[in-house]
Amino acid sequence: MHDKRTVALSNALPPLADLIACPQCDTLHRVHDLPDDAQAHCQRCGLVIVTSRPKAIALVLSLALTAFVLMIAAISFPFLDLDAQGRHNSISMLQAVMAFDSGVALLLAVAVAGFIVFLPLTRLAAIIYAIGPLVRDRPARRGAQRAFALAELLRPWSMTEIFIVGVSVALIKVAGIASVTFGPAFWAFCALVIVTVLKDQLICRVSIWKALEQLKG
Amino acid sequence: MSNQKVWAWLIAGMIAYIPANTYTMLKTSTLVETSEATIIGGVFELIDYGNIGIALVIFVASVLIPIGKFAAVAYLAISVQRRSVLNQHHRHRLFEIVEFIGRWSMIDVFVVAILSALVQLDGLATINPGIAAFSFALSVIFTMLAAQSFDSRLIWDVDRTKP
Repeated sequence: MHDKRTVALSNALPPLADLIACPQCDTLHRVHDLPDDAQAHCQRCGLVIVTSRPKAIALVLSLALTAFVLMIAAISFPFLDLDAQGRHNSISMLQAVMAFDSGVALLLAVAVAGFIVFLPLTRLAAIIYAIGPLVRDRPARRGAQRAFALAELLRPWSMTEIFIVGVSVALIKVAGIASVTFGPAFWAFCALVIVTVLKDQLICRVSIWKALEQLKG
Repeated sequence: MSNQKVWAWLIAGMIAYIPANTYTMLKTSTLVETSEATIIGGVFELIDYGNIGIALVIFVASVLIPIGKFAAVAYLAISVQRRSVLNQHHRHRLFEIVEFIGRWSMIDVFVVAILSALVQLDGLATINPGIAAFSFALSVIFTMLAAQSFDSRLIWDVDRTKP
C-alpha cells in the first residue's frame, strides 16, 4: 500500500534522533542543543523534558553513592531509644518495620521494609550501576538501560521522605508516655532523605537515556 | 479499553479502604485499660490531647487524600472515555497532583509501624497494629497502581481527531 499522505509526512519530519516526544502528553518536539543550565519545557503541558547541566551525571552519581552509604548506616545503627519509668527499649530501622510479625501482618512488614529500605537500596544500586561508567566515558555496562529503567520504575515506591514524617508523628504520639532519644541511624536517615531529593532533582532522564544509547557497550 | 486496568486497581483500592476504616488500626494496652482505635478514632484521640496539627496531618493523609484520589482518578478515567475536550490543562495538572500526592497516604501505616515497635514496654504499655493497617496499606498501593496505569496522553488524544 502506498499512501501519499504518509510519504509527505515522513518527508517533512526531521531525522528520528532529532525528535522528542513529551513523556506525559506525547507532543512531538524538535530537540536543540541547549545552553548550559537551561531547561526545555513541553509546549503543551509544561513538563520539563530536558535539563542541560554538563556535570549533572557526575553529581547524580556521587549523590547516589552518598545515599547508598547513608542507607547502610541507617540500617546498622540504633534508630530510636525509648525511656519510660526505668524501662528502656532501643530499636533499629528493621525492628521498626518488623513490628508486624504475625499472620497477614507479615505481608505488611515485608511491604513496609520494601518501601523504606530495600526498594530505595535497589534503586540506588541500579542508578550507580547504570551511570557509573558514563562518568568516566567508558562504554555502558551490560543491562545498563534495564537497570536505569528499573530505577525509574521504583521511584514512586521508595518512600523514605514519607517515613520520616511518619516518625515525627509517632514521636509526638508517644511524647506523653515516654521520652525518646534519637540514635545515629535517625540522623543518617534524615541526611539520606535530603540527598535523595537533591539527586532526583538533578537527574535529567533524557540526557541519561541519550548517553546510555550512545555509549552502549 | 486502555482504562480497564485503571478501573480494576481503583475498585480494588476502594474495596480495601472499607475495612481500613471499620476495623482497628492501633491496639493500645496499658496497665489499666486496653483501647482500640480506628483511623478516625485516632484522629479524635489526637484532638483530645490537643495535638490539632498532627490530627490534621493524619486526617488529610488518611481520609482526604485517599477519597480525593478515588474521585480524581475516576473523573480522569471517565472524562477520557467520554473523549472530553474540556479543561485539558486542568485535568493534566490534576493527574500530576494525584501522582505526586498519593504516596503520602502511607504516613499512617508508618506511624503504626514505629509505634508498635517502639512501645513494647511489657506490663506498662504496649501498642500493636490492627488489621486495618494492612488493608489501608493495600488500599494505598492499589490506588497508586491505578494512577500509574492511567495514560495521561489519552487526555490529549482527542486533539488529533478534533475537526
